[in-house]
Amino acid sequence: MIVAERKPMEEILNMIAVFKKILILGCNTCVVVCSAGGPKEVEILASIIRMARKKKGEPIEIGEMTIERQCEPEFLESLEGIVDKYDAILSMACGVGVNFLADIFSSTIALPALNTSFMGVTEKQGVWSERCAGCGNCVLDKTGGLCPIARCSKSLFNGPCGGSVNGRCEVSPDIDCVWQLIYDRLRKLNQLDKLEEILPIKDWSTAGHGGPRKMVREDLIT
Amino acid sequence: MKSGSNLEKVLESGQFAVTAECGPPKGTSARVIQRKGELLKDYCDAMNVTDNQTAIVRMSSLSGCILLIQMGIDPVMQMVVRDRNRIAIQSDILGAVALGIRNVLCLSGDHQRFGNHPTAKGVYDIDSIQLIQTLKTMRDEKRFLCGENISGEVPLFIGAAANPFADPFEFRVIRLAKKVAAGADFIQTQCVFDIGKFGRYMSMVRDKGLHEKVHILAGVTPLKSVGMARYMRDNVSGISVPDEIVARMEDAKDAKEEGMNICLEIIDQIKEIEGVHGIHIMAVAWEDIVPTIVNKAGLLPRPIV
Repeated sequence: MIVAERKPMEEILNMIAVFKKILILGCNTCVVVCSAGGPKEVEILASIIRMARKKKGEPIEIGEMTIERQCEPEFLESLEGIVDKYDAILSMACGVGVNFLADIFSSTIALPALNTSFMGVTEKQGVWSERCAGCGNCVLDKTGGLCPIARCSKSLFNGPCGGSVNGRCEVSPDIDCVWQLIYDRLRKLNQLDKLEEILPIKDWSTAGHGGPRKMVREDLIT
Repeated sequence: MKSGSNLEKVLESGQFAVTAECGPPKGTSARVIQRKGELLKDYCDAMNVTDNQTAIVRMSSLSGCILLIQMGIDPVMQMVVRDRNRIAIQSDILGAVALGIRNVLCLSGDHQRFGNHPTAKGVYDIDSIQLIQTLKTMRDEKRFLCGENISGEVPLFIGAAANPFADPFEFRVIRLAKKVAAGADFIQTQCVFDIGKFGRYMSMVRDKGLHEKVHILAGVTPLKSVGMARYMRDNVSGISVPDEIVARMEDAKDAKEEGMNICLEIIDQIKEIEGVHGIHIMAVAWEDIVPTIVNKAGLLPRPIV
């Protein structure tokens, strides 16, 4: 899923300072799972903003709403006729949702309430971590299913740098050295020979360095 | 000869090589490099110029190398993949060769998080092993990575780093083998304090026959103080300083002298290890001691080749 977290309140309050009527729009998919932008978080954010503005003597009118996914047109289209009633929409989706709101509702101000963090997993309650960088050219067959692009601080392809100690990354003791994990796993799977191969220089054009990415599936277009 | 550099000549003639390190200034003074050059000129076969080490902005390695060349010193240009993509790397190599640089050491580089610009975007377009391959392609095939021809020769002596003290230990020799397969001509190791571990590493290196395919220079660092010994033991990832060395530094009346003695003992032991073809002295903030160390280690005069 896409993992996100709410921006600091001060930043959000500054962002909406000039508006008198906003819609806080939640998203009911990824950001619900990471407790950042579902109906519950919409409600909490709305009450914090109301209180802050009231205290400042600048009350604000807030609409609260959550749609299934802000990344699909059918759900966004349900907002037709609603968004015009507000000065701005404060989206609690990931950056994809904010972009799509801006794409579809050309005369409405779309603002981000979240910072989109990464594509990752729930390790346990309250802990999420990154697993995939979305580079568009998967090499996981060569690395025991563990990603050196997303999980090595230097995105190294050919084994750990000299800073790997006791399974930890030189950048922080809180970060696992993914190359240690890859080594341990391939040893367990009896595939250590895979590490002797020199992985070639990567084509980063599929990773966003070839310009914004787009995928077209002719077979699905109606 | 692949490059004709002094370092290559010394190593190919089978003599025990000595290289030293020169950290460039956080400023514009050529004198800083020139002073270190004057100090070390007669005590080493080549001098490494570091490339923004620990991710702290300093004068570029390429310019430092030019200043050394102007003094008749054979420089080793260090190059990290942290700050350059494949376009900048190949471009810098063309310029370096044009200006007379012949030795290049290929490195990943300390992560930008450690330096004085911790919020910088790391590049890491290619990794250090792919950098070795890149230089070999440029030299041997006279081609860029894209396949287009390079005009002119690219005489390079290609270096790489090895850290026998990082984990996973068993993988370290495989990684060295990959660097050799990629095209490394010489290796400079992380500084050796744990001679036992280094000996085990070299024995695995010999089992794979790698010592016959690449020149290995063992890194050494003289400890200047007890604080430095403790700091390196506790805080520097991938460096192993045994407790007994720290204890010797703590018990010593004159810590500097003890640090030098430890360094000399390590050099003596390194010389006995089959497959080690030289030492690389990294006297961090203590370049002044290098002439004494090289002299006392019986490594003078440096060969004229």
